[in-house]
Amino acid sequence: MNNFEPEIVAFCCHYCAYTAADMAGSKRIFYPPNVKIIRVPCTGKVDAIHILKALEKGADGVYVAGCLEGDCHFKNGNTRAKHRVTYVQKYLNDLGWETQRVAMMNMSAGMGERFAGTAREFTEQIRQLGPNPIKIAARNPKEQAAI
Amino acid sequence: MITAEQKPVTEIINYISPYRRILLVGCNECVTVCAAGGKKEVGILASVLHLHFLKQGKNLEIDEITLERQCDPEYVEELAPHIDRADAILSMACGCGVQTIASRYKEKIVFPAVNTKFMGASESQGIWAERCQGCGDCMLGITGGICPVARCSKHLLNGPCGGTSNGQCEIGPETDCAWRLIWERLKELGMEDRYEEIMEAKDWRPSGGAGPRKIIREDLSL
Repeated sequence: MNNFEPEIVAFCCHYCAYTAADMAGSKRIFYPPNVKIIRVPCTGKVDAIHILKALEKGADGVYVAGCLEGDCHFKNGNTRAKHRVTYVQKYLNDLGWETQRVAMMNMSAGMGERFAGTAREFTEQIRQLGPNPIKIAARNPKEQAAI
Repeated sequence: MITAEQKPVTEIINYISPYRRILLVGCNECVTVCAAGGKKEVGILASVLHLHFLKQGKNLEIDEITLERQCDPEYVEELAPHIDRADAILSMACGCGVQTIASRYKEKIVFPAVNTKFMGASESQGIWAERCQGCGDCMLGITGGICPVARCSKHLLNGPCGGTSNGQCEIGPETDCAWRLIWERLKELGMEDRYEEIMEAKDWRPSGGAGPRKIIREDLSL
């Protein structure tokens, strides 16, 4: 547990967060390598199933990073993404999972510092929560046999 | 369309907990349109169930299939090659679909994953409202296209009750008084005289009062 390095999937909008990650790189701002970026044409393209599949496959945390509210390149894709994140959080809550494992972030293309900052904060938050419960269950075959 | 809402996930989990191999069946018709049990919802529910059971250390096998129509034996037949593999069937269709599967595959237990709600129409994206109660004797032709059976809380047939207030029903401000809507519609159409016609007591037998209903079309029967 002490050596736990979270694996985090970040769905990043091509028009803002992905460019902000680029900006962070250009400015040599450090952000944790735990965050694996998946570029999407708009966060409106990210569906609940994508977030759930990431968790099912073992991601410890998932976030969707879209444009600032009201600034979506495709008008309201980020608002849709926010609703879908809430929708997944409701499921997680029903299942007894920590809802903080999924999150919605907003930033503009020029916010390299913010991208790095949110990546650090989210990684730290997931580090506190611990590994994805599925991974813990897989490591405890005893419990598995009892079920 | 027939509208439905997914059951609480804990209820679904309770149903399928004793089983290991689940056949999760969606429907491409009404429940797809109301986003309760189409192919997309099948995928989401399967993933949610995997999250739960993998956390318990149980590897649930879920076959995901979405049929064109679950209320039609012709399409339900398509499940035949998958039935033997399944310990239980979880249906995301309305109650008609669940029962069609149950009657075809008698040896397998079928669980509903949605609650069937009502016959409704889409008011706007994500909002569906009741519009028909299937009374079996449609009177929309004399009420300006607004149904007092489905939209009046008391199913009144001759004007509003005393509970109407500022055009809203007494059960809550989010419910329009059906008879206010009918009156306004008749005025728009210049057919106010229809409002004066007294409707006789409705025969509720075609509405289900005479037992489960059936339509038989001999010209179509084989």
